Amino acid sequence: MELTLNLALFYAFAAVLVVAALGVISVKNSVHAALLLVLCFFTTAALWLLMQAEFLAIALVLVYVGAVMVLFLFVVMMLDIDTEPLREGFIRYLPIGLGVAVVMLAEMIGLIGVKSLAIPAPADPGGASNTAWLGNALFQNFLLPFETAAVILTVAVIAAIMLTLRKRANTKYENPAWQVSVQARDRIRIVKMPSSGQGVAVKEAAQ
Amino acid sequence: MITLAHFIVLGAVLFCISVAGIFINRKNIIILLMAIELMLLSVNMNFVAFSRYLGDASGQVFVFFILTVAAAESAIGLAILVVLFRNRATINVGEIDTLKG
Repeated sequence: MELTLNLALFYAFAAVLVVAALGVISVKNSVHAALLLVLCFFTTAALWLLMQAEFLAIALVLVYVGAVMVLFLFVVMMLDIDTEPLREGFIRYLPIGLGVAVVMLAEMIGLIGVKSLAIPAPADPGGASNTAWLGNALFQNFLLPFETAAVILTVAVIAAIMLTLRKRANTKYENPAWQVSVQARDRIRIVKMPSSGQGVAVKEAAQ
Repeated sequence: MITLAHFIVLGAVLFCISVAGIFINRKNIIILLMAIELMLLSVNMNFVAFSRYLGDASGQVFVFFILTVAAAESAIGLAILVVLFRNRATINVGEIDTLKG
């Protein structure tokens, strides 16, 4: 098997991806885990570029690295979490987790039949542009699911806002409409006071 | 020459890593959510690989939808997490047992 540049790049990216994924599930600090997950997504985008899936690679970087992982980082940093109690059972469940993972991996690789799938990539499908290829399929055969996906995103936005919105009692806020429409008599009240002298008398009386 | 098997095996490895992550980080909801994201990523890897090697655009369209649903899922999941932390001041799965009889 000759080692082409493509294959070398694949192995390099795959190694980075696996190491980063192992880091995500094993590091102590949640912020580090989120950053390693960013590395995972970025490496996967590079791998998808190797597969000439350019649109999805860029979409992965934009949507995941740009939006979802920033959201994760926000939440991780906003919540003041003591990670020590969350790590309990890590060592206890490590053997069973590893065992299940290794057995599953062996089963999967045996099941999919690696030898039979060793087919090379066909020529670039759909001509020049991956985006045009994907767009043709998306807007001809999958228009209704596409619109449904948009509705799902809208519902998710509204649900996330409604979940986290809270009305606090005793909050102080300014009403711009009142500020604009304020009159002089709302701010200043002229009080008629008796002439001086009386104040001194009151002071003396207090003493 | 990269073959289809390379990407399928990589997806399987990624999936198994995230399953192991769910097993060993069962107390920390944030890591659990990240492991779920990793799982979806490995599934997406399979979809893209099959789409590319079979020459069918439907696989990449499905990745598009999975990305949408995963973004919605993580947005709502994190919102629930914030509300949970606000009410209980913990994200330890072991302490979230209100529904236990």
